[in-house]
Amino acid sequence: MVVFVAKKSEFQNGDRRIVKSARGEIGVFHHEGAFYAYANTCLHSGGPACEGLLMPKVVDIIAQDLTYQGQDFDENEMHFVCPWHGWEYDIKTGQSIGDRRQYLRKYEVVERDGDVFVID
Amino acid sequence: MNDYAKAKSNVREVRFDEFSSSGSLIKATEQAHKRNYKDFLIVDVDSHHYESESYNEIFKYIENPVIRRQALESASRGGRSSMLGGSVGYQDIGGRITRHWLRKHEKTEGPQHRDITTTLRWMDAMGVDYACLFPTPMLFLGTHPQVEIEVAMARAYNSWLCETILEHEPRIISMLYLPFNDPEATYQIVKDFGHRKGVKGFMVTAPRYKPVHDNAYMKTYRLLEEMGLPISFHAAYNWNDQSLQLTNRFIGVHALGFMWFNMVHMTNWVVNGLPERFPKLKVMWIESGLTWAYSLMQRLDHSYKMRTSDCPSLKRKPSEYMREMYFSTQPMELPDDPTILEATFKMINAETQLVWSSDYPHWDFDLPGVIYDLPFLNEQSKRNILGANAAKLFNLDPQPVKKIPPLA
Repeated sequence: MVVFVAKKSEFQNGDRRIVKSARGEIGVFHHEGAFYAYANTCLHSGGPACEGLLMPKVVDIIAQDLTYQGQDFDENEMHFVCPWHGWEYDIKTGQSIGDRRQYLRKYEVVERDGDVFVID
Repeated sequence: MNDYAKAKSNVREVRFDEFSSSGSLIKATEQAHKRNYKDFLIVDVDSHHYESESYNEIFKYIENPVIRRQALESASRGGRSSMLGGSVGYQDIGGRITRHWLRKHEKTEGPQHRDITTTLRWMDAMGVDYACLFPTPMLFLGTHPQVEIEVAMARAYNSWLCETILEHEPRIISMLYLPFNDPEATYQIVKDFGHRKGVKGFMVTAPRYKPVHDNAYMKTYRLLEEMGLPISFHAAYNWNDQSLQLTNRFIGVHALGFMWFNMVHMTNWVVNGLPERFPKLKVMWIESGLTWAYSLMQRLDHSYKMRTSDCPSLKRKPSEYMREMYFSTQPMELPDDPTILEATFKMINAETQLVWSSDYPHWDFDLPGVIYDLPFLNEQSKRNILGANAAKLFNLDPQPVKKIPPLA
């Protein structure tokens, strides 16, 4: 099943859409020029996983002498966060950060004639 | 509708400039329909509102004119009250829990108090029939350095809650705040408020430094026992506590703090023989999860067998008294291996003593599904924990009264 998401011209970098599909809602992200789509149901307690903030991974800064030097954001690893409880997912893989054995269901995104679709 | 318009109708954007309790919980409503929550009673024994949003109303109930003047004056500058202090912490995980900062956009209409409207919205969205409502910032009031401020706020808040919320909405109930740092005022509040509509017991906020076995409290425990009203201990942390100051992240102070004070109070409660002195007093432990009880039962039993002389009032092992108390579920630990949780349920006699709680709208709230979806419970056990046990405890009509919204 092919599900329409948006005209590409109306789906800017940094935007997202939630689309209804046969198996439930799907969250589609336009992030750094690429599209990613995941089931909009958190693996934790079923919350709207794709409807929260985007936040880069937080890292501890550990110096060469193994001392702690504070925290920073790692802009190379963007997470989207379920707004119900804060479960974080890697936007490029759908991997759950709090339990890396788990992944959100991922959907393929295709572009045709200026339109963006997900394949369910 | 042309094909493009039809396709577009299945698509929506994510907004960060609007909010509704019902809308944000649509997926909870889907769960409520799928699991047929309409068929049975669900009671939430621990939920919250933000009483700080109503300080201007509450402060008017402060009886002492000097304290009332201080409170109203402090609240007139931006709605925050410097008189009450605050707690260090970042419960919303740096804004990731979006309802905490979006909820100001929620629209309510009509003469009904906003807290009633928004509370009923989330209750119905989850499938909850009755919710026991507690304050939020006041959970930390037990560490306020001025005892008279705790007393003044307790009486003002309880009066306001009774008159503004409980008398108007039968589905919202409460266990009222006890200013435990003043034993006489604590006793007086039970006498004054114990018969008010919607009052189902009384609540002590756990972070505080007066021991529960102090003789000054005995007449209050006796009064509660005579009135048939439970006493509950609601967990919270105190990051200024000397031990908890050693933690440097909220996850640390929260994980430990929400167990720590209840573990201390429970230990004192049992080893001082209070269950023998007040055998009919119902005691409830709120928002510490369950693993602490599983652990403490074993720790106390182990030592008791060697040190009965430390607690000569006891006629049975500590765990046997603890197993007769009530425990609220949230934040319920969900180990990867469910048999570990099953053992915990067995340890605390969950069938009759466990009562479900959401803690909504706080950051780590639970849905009824944390109980309903457990693989080792039968349907009757699920219904007991989700509502029937609390209905007995609070003397509630077991007929469901919720109105779960239809799905679009």
